[in-house]
Amino acid sequence: MSEVQFLNVHKDFSGMEVLKGINFTVESGQVACLIGPSGSGKSTLLRCVNHLETTSSGTILVGGRMIGYEVHGDRLIEAHQKDINKRRSRIGMVFQSFNLFGHMTALENVMMGPVKLLKVPKAQAEAEARELLAKVGLADRTGHYPAQLSGGQQQRVAIARALSMKPDLMLFDEPTSALDPELVGEVLDVMKALARDGMTMIVVTHEMGFAREVADVVAFMDGGVIVEAGDPNEIITRPQHERTKAFLSKVL
Amino acid sequence: MTVSDRPITAEARPDFAELASRPVLKRKRPGQLVAMVVVGLFALMGTYVIVTNPGFGWPTVAKYLFDIRILNGLLTTIELTVIAMVLGLVIGLVVAVMRMSDNALLRGVAGAYIWFFRGTPLLVQMLFWGFAAVLFPTIGIGIPGGPMLVEWNTNDVLPLFVAGILGLGLNEGAYMAEIVRAGLMGVPAGQSEASHAMGFSRMETLRHVVIPQAMKIILPPVGNETISMLKTTSLVIVIGVGDLLYNTQQIYARNLQQIPLLIVASLWYILLTTILSLVQARIEKRYSRGNNIQARKA
Repeated sequence: MSEVQFLNVHKDFSGMEVLKGINFTVESGQVACLIGPSGSGKSTLLRCVNHLETTSSGTILVGGRMIGYEVHGDRLIEAHQKDINKRRSRIGMVFQSFNLFGHMTALENVMMGPVKLLKVPKAQAEAEARELLAKVGLADRTGHYPAQLSGGQQQRVAIARALSMKPDLMLFDEPTSALDPELVGEVLDVMKALARDGMTMIVVTHEMGFAREVADVVAFMDGGVIVEAGDPNEIITRPQHERTKAFLSKVL
Repeated sequence: MTVSDRPITAEARPDFAELASRPVLKRKRPGQLVAMVVVGLFALMGTYVIVTNPGFGWPTVAKYLFDIRILNGLLTTIELTVIAMVLGLVIGLVVAVMRMSDNALLRGVAGAYIWFFRGTPLLVQMLFWGFAAVLFPTIGIGIPGGPMLVEWNTNDVLPLFVAGILGLGLNEGAYMAEIVRAGLMGVPAGQSEASHAMGFSRMETLRHVVIPQAMKIILPPVGNETISMLKTTSLVIVIGVGDLLYNTQQIYARNLQQIPLLIVASLWYILLTTILSLVQARIEKRYSRGNNIQARKA
């Protein structure tokens, strides 16, 4: 069970409201794409899911359990850091700027989580890491440092690293936005394979082709609200709202 | 004028293609030659003076180079350097992390520490620790304004060597804090974020992700600080700790061979700094992981 429910999520950054009451559900095994102009709050919303960002009010449930907060009397209070870390370890995240650990090889990046957090024996972790790297098409790059890999290769290692923790849910924050156009495809292919395997995924993206092909649900955000959400073909080909139409006419 | 209109001169030679394919000659630079002659002359003059001037007292230098008092002083200098640097590093790490805390009190105390220890001369701080017994005849642990729990006589627990360590180490901690902080801030925020997203705690993130990458930023200045510390330890002579320079002074105070004995001390200092420089280069190489061109076989 790894469905994600956003319940009236609000967030303000020092007085500026960036999320204005988000209500949205991603079913277990679904792929949801968040689209919208920059500054619309989609990355912030995604980062709230693993509590990299705090919320001001409202809450997010992952697998039916609140994340980052617990009930304290008749209010919510930020959860204990240990509990937050534990929940995070089951949620994979892939960043726009890859964020691979620069002092570790691709293999070490992928082994690190299982070895240090899950206390998996090194030999077993290494075998699993090699398998994951092979799965993302990088069996021959295990000994390379991030600086020696192309952007597309780095992002695929980052996906393998996130998968090494055997997550129930994967978050992608504009995973292809920092890539040269010819490298975008290799990363999207890995993500498509992941979606076919039934992984629950929330993807912030500008790749409308990917959203239409892979997503089960697309949400268009603007100004801190979800303007419209639903079937990708409906939203992308026949948007109902003027703001969605205006946005799509620029990116398609 | 187009390219093809240019007058053809040397390029018109029949053997041009062949000579152009030979390795290119290096052009002589006459200015460099003049500089070499001038610098070479000065070097020669310097060497001549050093060798011929009896004031340098080379036989005396040879006689005292391995004198037991000199070697004892050398050992004290090394001990002071190592302990003060370790103390400085520990204080520096703690103060740097405090300074980056989101708690205003911790940040403020760390800032005040750096402000005070960088803002007063080390020589003054050293004298202060030497005279600490005047200010605090006894030291102990107790409740401010309340009773003392334990108490010692300052002169018993604070021998001069310890006073010297405190003087050097506490001051070094302030500089080290800024070096460590620069290193920690030099690691992109995305690195910590990725680590937190995987479920690592703040301490684990610092240990496994941030500090290893901060090391390559921190190490070169720490190397410089260590080399500098080796020489700065000589300030302990003002409180009478028997280091290399102090023992050197003790000897020339009796035999009045100041210059040869200062040369003895200088030779040992320069030998140690040379060794430290070599060690520094090796350690830096080790921590540059992820920057080398060659992929590691894995």
